[in-house]
Amino acid sequence: MRAISALLCLLAALLLAPAGANAAAGDALTIPTAVVIQPAELAAMLKAPGAPPVLQVGFSVLYQQAHIPGAQYAGPGNKDEGLENLKSHVAALPHDKLLVIYCGCCPWEKCPNIAAAYNQLTAMGFSKVRVLYLASNFGADWVDKGYPVTRGG
Amino acid sequence: MRAGIAVLALVLALSPAMAAPLATMPVKLKVGDAAPQFSRTDLLGKNFDLKAQRGKIVLIDFWASWCAPCMIEIPHLSRLQNQYGGRGLQIVGIAMDDSEAVTRQTMAKTAFSYPVALGDAKFGNLYGGVLGLPLQMLVGRDGKILAIWSGEVTEAVLDKAITAALAKSGGDRRRHDP
Repeated sequence: MRAISALLCLLAALLLAPAGANAAAGDALTIPTAVVIQPAELAAMLKAPGAPPVLQVGFSVLYQQAHIPGAQYAGPGNKDEGLENLKSHVAALPHDKLLVIYCGCCPWEKCPNIAAAYNQLTAMGFSKVRVLYLASNFGADWVDKGYPVTRGG
Repeated sequence: MRAGIAVLALVLALSPAMAAPLATMPVKLKVGDAAPQFSRTDLLGKNFDLKAQRGKIVLIDFWASWCAPCMIEIPHLSRLQNQYGGRGLQIVGIAMDDSEAVTRQTMAKTAFSYPVALGDAKFGNLYGGVLGLPLQMLVGRDGKILAIWSGEVTEAVLDKAITAALAKSGGDRRRHDP
């Protein structure tokens, strides 16, 4: 009986916990769709005056090959030191500042970085974080589509 | 005249076309292209030279420890190497981890039946930009790319492509080796 009660309590705790708390490092599917933006939308934002800061929260070896012009390296989101790197990049920004993060290391639902980075920023109080949706990866969904790219680290 | 040349040089230097940051990406490789030559020391200290593999079918697997689909594929690749190695297949893993230590930790926990060397941004550019994983390229006996897979690929698909490549031009090496 006691075991069943404990099991019910555990089940209730899991069901009632906020989605963000359950978000594993690789779970991009927990990111609210309202904050997800498409490549074409970001490309248009970058052309307009007052473009938001863009942060690459993936892996350095990918950033060094190519990244979105003006994007800073602030990863990787799957490591504690990467999240510290992210924190230091946004430390001076007001929390209501629009900012964009992206990774694109691997398919969206398998990405180990993006959800962790998004959760870190929202936990810090950033209210206007936008997350670039890259379905397959940065190469296929950004570079091959002809959006602007900067080479090198 | 000299002033005119100087002005022209200044205009060219400041023009968007000359701006360094938006430099063109390396040319993306496609099926039929020659696989770019590379020679690297693998993580066991042995040299792996692509040119020295000429006559074999080579599968280049770009992977990383952080890439979940890549890690799923490694046991498949190890099986394929064991199955077809004697018939002329050589798989090589190129680890795109940010540090050698991470790759070595992964290799200590994972069985690889083929050599693994470290990749980096320069290597990625050599292969047309490795801007997402997994990425695999099958190279024919003549050194030309037979197939490219970007994203997770099943063992059955790889098996089919490898057996077709082994059967083609040059056939089964066991029949030709003395």
